[in-house]
Amino acid sequence: MYKFLLCARYLRTRYIALASIISVMLGVATMIVVNSVMAGFSTEMRERIHGILADMVLEAMSMDGNADPERQMRIIEEAAGEYIAAMSPTVEIYGMLSFNYAGQYITRPVTLIGIEPASKSKVGTLTDHLENYKPEKDENGKAVGRAPKAADEPPDWELLPAFLEYRRMRMRQPNLGVDDDLDQELADQAKAGEKASGHNGMRGLLDDDEPQKKLTPEEMAAPLPARVYVGAQLVSFQYEDRETGRTRTMAMIQPGDDVALSTVSAGRPPQPRHFNATVVDIFKSGMSEYDSNLVFCNLAELQRVRGMFDPATGEIDPETQEVKFETCTKSITTIQIKLKNYADADKVIERLRSKFPPNTFSIRTWEQKQGPLLAAVEVESAILNVLLFLIIAVAGFGILAIFFMIVVEKTRDIGILKSLGASSQGVMSIFLSYGLSLGMVGAGGGVAVGLLFVRYINEIEAGLTWLTGRKVFDETIYYFPSIPTKVHPMMVLWVAVGAMAIAVLASILPARRAAGLNPVRALRHE
Amino acid sequence: MPETIMLPLTHIAAIAVEKAYRKGEHHIPVLRGVDIEVRRGEFVSIVGQSGSGKSTLLHLLGLLDGPDVGEVKLYGHRIDDLPARSRDELRNRVFGFIFQFYHLLPELSVLENVLAPLMIRHSTWQYWKNRGAFGDQAKDMLQKVGLGHRLTHKPSELSGGEMQRAAIARALMGNPEVLLADEPTGNLDADTGREIMDLLTSLNGQNELTIIMVTHDEAIAKCAHRIVRLAEGRLEAWGAAA
Repeated sequence: MYKFLLCARYLRTRYIALASIISVMLGVATMIVVNSVMAGFSTEMRERIHGILADMVLEAMSMDGNADPERQMRIIEEAAGEYIAAMSPTVEIYGMLSFNYAGQYITRPVTLIGIEPASKSKVGTLTDHLENYKPEKDENGKAVGRAPKAADEPPDWELLPAFLEYRRMRMRQPNLGVDDDLDQELADQAKAGEKASGHNGMRGLLDDDEPQKKLTPEEMAAPLPARVYVGAQLVSFQYEDRETGRTRTMAMIQPGDDVALSTVSAGRPPQPRHFNATVVDIFKSGMSEYDSNLVFCNLAELQRVRGMFDPATGEIDPETQEVKFETCTKSITTIQIKLKNYADADKVIERLRSKFPPNTFSIRTWEQKQGPLLAAVEVESAILNVLLFLIIAVAGFGILAIFFMIVVEKTRDIGILKSLGASSQGVMSIFLSYGLSLGMVGAGGGVAVGLLFVRYINEIEAGLTWLTGRKVFDETIYYFPSIPTKVHPMMVLWVAVGAMAIAVLASILPARRAAGLNPVRALRHE
Repeated sequence: MPETIMLPLTHIAAIAVEKAYRKGEHHIPVLRGVDIEVRRGEFVSIVGQSGSGKSTLLHLLGLLDGPDVGEVKLYGHRIDDLPARSRDELRNRVFGFIFQFYHLLPELSVLENVLAPLMIRHSTWQYWKNRGAFGDQAKDMLQKVGLGHRLTHKPSELSGGEMQRAAIARALMGNPEVLLADEPTGNLDADTGREIMDLLTSLNGQNELTIIMVTHDEAIAKCAHRIVRLAEGRLEAWGAAA
């Protein structure tokens, strides 16, 4: 009983111990804040990558792809159908995206992905990232209206009526948009009533040999056969509004505009292929790597442009005597798979590897595909934790030094206790419980401060920004509207237990010293 | 002056005890073979000049230190070579200490200081269960030494005499058989010293408490049944108080 009583009294009366409590508290709070922010970033990033990549990906070794996706998917279904929720064939190829903006011809390197939107949205979170599925927002990012498309509506390649109207308006009022050159061109074409089939709006950008025919303005305003969802960062830029000091995004292209795409054909040697496409939607995942790189295109059109089909398997049109593209066996480069339970991924990989020879598809989970990135985040987090734990270790040394001082100060009290019959273990446990109490109070305070900091981190960031006049968290760098955080209760528990353990460890030496004191010498201590 | 009473049983004894301290490279002998026997209920004063070894002898008898040579016996049983835990228990149950500088724990109130021996003796659970009874017992004890009105005061708020009374109450709280007092009046004025001696004498008379008191004040020493004189670590003389 005397141990707890003295321990409690020392806590209340020895203000120097407050220094140890504060250092433990700061260490614990820092670890919780940093870990929560790291976990927030990591989770957000993983969710975004996972959403775009699907659970599992079968990638063809060659960019020419593998023929007959239906047959491949049948094999997958037979091998591991019970684990699979959905599949989506895609074609992935590098390309260039070009468009006119404010008199400039802008070209960007891109990854062109041919998809079937309906099946793609079943294997990942495609609709979450399409602007047509997001409600309109005001300047402060607050939703002010309903999304043009309902969340349960499957994505397609149709242009929304508003954007179709925008195309028509551009035909009638060519100077409406920011793209003056293109507007002029459209106006000229409209006047002449002449337009290259399938290349309205972008004529002049590309050479093409297709025959030209007279089109009505309505036909001219119709979207092109190739449709794309373009990564938001490819067709927009951010700037700081000097009046408000806010970061604003300026779109260079919007749905309804046309862009030019260049890629290579399948086959040997690859030949350059150019085609124009109408932007149907803007893709914004929040992952800079994707938003500044990905262009989703309708799969069939990409296969047609790249020649990823076998004419020998197609039917011949009796009228034109040409092979009907729709009836040909096509090729794909990738099959994305959504699993019913991601925990079964290893089993599915094993089964699929037995069905597909290694030279046909490489079979990987999304984590394996993004292995280096995810590993880098984990290593970063681990190193940061080690460094931060050193802060608590420093606090531990503080406790050690302060405890030695307290033991010296309390030497006579130790002698008194021993003269009253207290055992060495009893005296030792006073200081061990004192250390534990300091650790508990410090860790408890640290947990409270840390969690409060995490809870109000964005408000604190805003306050610091206001105070310093400099943006602490720049969303244009991190591409998150606010600082993401995620608190893992186990992490909080471990940090708190670790801090308490360090406090107890630091008090062992002084406690042993106190326990070993000779009572007579202790009583005579000045 | 109390009468010399011959009691039949040797309560506590030191036999041929020697003790030396090392100060740097110097070996300083303090006790050079001292024999002393104290009977149950006896009040013995140990007198001598500073450095004569009287306090060291008291510490050896109370197991606060061990002799280099010789033995300390309680009821004829050697106790100085017992395991540390047993010696701790004897200090808690058999001996009560009073020091010149009171040695109260400054963080605790007077009541808590007096309760300290019981807190040490009992487990947390046992103490908690009986805390009411123990509290009453401590209050009675403080009442007995005239400190009933100072229960919640801290030692720093008491006078020297009150602190010594509190120390006596603490020493008696564990119902000891032997009270070891090291210069109990050394830090007090004459009147207060006399009051403390009256208290010790009455305790010895009422409870048959064996008291061994170290003092260099001959007048105070005369309150005891017997005076033991030490000089240069040796027993010079011992006999009944005049």
